[in-house]
Amino acid sequence: MTWVTKNRTTLVILAAVVVAAYVFYYAANDIAPSMFVAAWGYAIPLVLASLVGVIGERSGVVNIGIEGQMLIAAFAGFFAAAYSGSLLVGVLSGVGSGLIAGGFLAWTTVRWRMDQIIAGVVLNIVATGITSFYYTPGQILPSLIPNLDIPLLQDIPLVGEVFFSGRSWIASFAIVAAVGVHLLLFHTRWGLRTRAVGEYPSAADTAGVNVERLRLVNVTLAGSLAGLAGVYLSMDASSTFERGMTAGRGFLALAIMIMGAWRPLRAFAMALFFGFVNAVASQLQQSGLGVSGEPSGFLEWTLAAITSPQILATLPYVAVLVLLGLAAGRVRPPGAVGQPYVKGDQ
Amino acid sequence: MSDPTRHEGTPESEGTPHPAGHGDTGADHLERVATTDAARELPPEQAGFGEGVIGEVLLDIQHLSKSFGPVHANRDITINVRRGEIVALLGENGAGKSTLVNQIFGLITPDTGTVSVKGDSTPIKDPKDAIHRGIGMVHQHFQLVPVMTVAENLMLGHETTKGGIVLDIEGARTMVRELSQRHGLAVDPDVEVDDLPVGTQQRVEILKALSRRVDLLILDEPTAVLTPQETDELLGVMKELAASGTSIVFITHKLREVLAVSDRVYVLRQGAVVGEVATKDTDATGLATMMVGREVVLSIEKDAATPKETVLSIHDLMVKDDRDLTAVDGFSLEVRAGEIVGVAGVEGNGQRELVEALAGMRKVASGQMTLGELDLTRANPHETHHAGVGHIPEDREKHGLVSAYSIADNLVLNEFDQAPYAKSGVRQFSVVRENAENLREEFDIRSSGVMQTAGSLSGGNKQKVVVAREMSFEPKLLMAAQPTRGVDVGSIEFIHRRIVEARDKGAAVLLVSAELDEILSLSDRIAVVHGGKVVAEMDGKDADRTEIGRLMAGDH
Repeated sequence: MTWVTKNRTTLVILAAVVVAAYVFYYAANDIAPSMFVAAWGYAIPLVLASLVGVIGERSGVVNIGIEGQMLIAAFAGFFAAAYSGSLLVGVLSGVGSGLIAGGFLAWTTVRWRMDQIIAGVVLNIVATGITSFYYTPGQILPSLIPNLDIPLLQDIPLVGEVFFSGRSWIASFAIVAAVGVHLLLFHTRWGLRTRAVGEYPSAADTAGVNVERLRLVNVTLAGSLAGLAGVYLSMDASSTFERGMTAGRGFLALAIMIMGAWRPLRAFAMALFFGFVNAVASQLQQSGLGVSGEPSGFLEWTLAAITSPQILATLPYVAVLVLLGLAAGRVRPPGAVGQPYVKGDQ
Repeated sequence: MSDPTRHEGTPESEGTPHPAGHGDTGADHLERVATTDAARELPPEQAGFGEGVIGEVLLDIQHLSKSFGPVHANRDITINVRRGEIVALLGENGAGKSTLVNQIFGLITPDTGTVSVKGDSTPIKDPKDAIHRGIGMVHQHFQLVPVMTVAENLMLGHETTKGGIVLDIEGARTMVRELSQRHGLAVDPDVEVDDLPVGTQQRVEILKALSRRVDLLILDEPTAVLTPQETDELLGVMKELAASGTSIVFITHKLREVLAVSDRVYVLRQGAVVGEVATKDTDATGLATMMVGREVVLSIEKDAATPKETVLSIHDLMVKDDRDLTAVDGFSLEVRAGEIVGVAGVEGNGQRELVEALAGMRKVASGQMTLGELDLTRANPHETHHAGVGHIPEDREKHGLVSAYSIADNLVLNEFDQAPYAKSGVRQFSVVRENAENLREEFDIRSSGVMQTAGSLSGGNKQKVVVAREMSFEPKLLMAAQPTRGVDVGSIEFIHRRIVEARDKGAAVLLVSAELDEILSLSDRIAVVHGGKVVAEMDGKDADRTEIGRLMAGDH
């Protein structure tokens, strides 16, 4: 019961959003379902990537190399699958390369105490370089990742349609991962220690927690989620690898992590929100909204400018900026984020 | 006198020289035990100490040395602690006390020498190992995660789980309640540490240490941040713990506390043990002399004040604190040239806000304060400085020094852009340096040179840099807020003498301090504050400690 009173605002907002979504779903049944599906499709890699950010920063390590981790994994997954002819090999290579990239970041920042921002930037640059250099066009995947329709759940109107049918297991895994990371972070020993290490590492150290090891393990393992996000991009959402195909999603994920106040479930909600704004933008672009023919007069001209596809395409990013502005000062990052821990240096 | 915990407003008055409440822990008894080697051999039950109270050697450190580069932090240290004993480690800042206890707790590895706990002399690897062997430590800087609750902090590192996975928060709450009941340290398990006052945070720290079975509790300067009341409370808890068989190693440089609770004292100087003495065989002067290596004047010799014209006058001042609550509430006071006015009060009664307002660092809500002809209510720190206000801030790390700058630069921090330190906008480094050399000598700032960074100095020497800067321009008004907090005995004596000298040269001195001793020994006039206003003013000569304590506690 105390849980309900404590999370009253969240619950009210959640209920309002759900009601609004269903109203929209039934009221505009021609466009709404496809918009929701598109929103979730866009949100999947963002959910996974923002969890990477949450785990890293909750342990005290800034990870701006998510972009690079995803790119490497998208590349490794796609080409491993294409050359070996096995999807499984591809997925494993992708996730594995994400792990390795995470390990690189963990080792340089935690063990060698390299500046975390620089290490992340290095990772991004290396990723872009390697994937562009070894990229060969004309490869195709041996097959598609099969869909995973969940019985019973898929029959729920709206929710079943969007989340539980017509998607691969990566999508389902993203949901499980968000819930799982939440439970791990707030209800297990690992979570308590991780949060302590990210907030006030010397307190954890003097309580007998091995700060360095926990950070190493967390940042490395989180890399596998970034790997999966990359795999999703090149092997599920599309069936091809392109240069720079992550297109800033790794950085968006960090923004989503902040808007989600470093909490997995809120980050999940924020990713969905971002996906939805994205769907709205493309819907508006398609609907040919605005002025038909040559604009005449100031008002028409302004309207035409605002509703031009180029401007509409920026809508999601404007939304992120506005939300980040609102979040500033209301959410606080983990206390020790970005600071390497030196033993005996309280 | 409604609140019993406030009763001890007069900290020093009732200090007992040895632990009370348990016959076996008397100092003379202890002395007998401590000097018989036979007691080492006997198991506790045969040594006649009942439940293991005072007895076998629990901690034995032999020939321990530790260097950091060229600095010998600890040299050949040999000490031991017996069960149920309170041992004080006394020494000036930088004497190597913290280094020593950090080695006991496994945070630092010794270069040579052995630390044996209960006869086991395998090296202590890390804090986890230390905890495992029954050592608990309360650090000078609290080791609590601020955004977590008390219960979460206490369970960290030895969490219990349900079904091997889910954290057992309910169990942790119960543990906190039981512990706090058993030791009389009241604390709510569900409050976030961030929201607790410093004194309570320390209670949580102690409970955290006790939540693991501890035989030896190390307290690293536990009273540095506490009010006199909280300090007395803590000393009481220490005595009870010792009576129940826990050994305590207690670091401090406050002599009163050493005399009040410890059974034995080790005095450290420059990394080495220079003396070991049973507390009952010594007194404040003896301890201070051992610490500093020379006779120390603990009470300041000063002539009667000859106050002249009014320099600072404050009338009906109102100032708000960071949370926008009224902190200074109708404060009125006058300070004349040639006198020291001490502001006594329990911390948090508006002293900090008052000083910040006077220094131009905080907005004044209403009221007047004037320095001669100048209206101070609208002045910024630059203007107050040039009007002749010297300010020794309470938080020297934050407001007194730029740690990354050299001593020389810190000494001209408020005049660096003026002649003779700058000409036509170009800094004159030779003048700055010369000024620094002079002040370094005059104020006895111990450093390798004036170009050393201020941050690398010990607490006492940092404070001397601030004092040197604020006194050297011969201010009309000197404001000293907690001028000797966290400063060693030798430096305290020095700073006190300089404050009196400033007065004799005709400065008006406003002294704000939480140390009643300091107020009593320096002030010509004492203003007691409570709830943001002056509740009593009295002459320094015939001030009564108990009376002030009563007033400070709000009984007026």
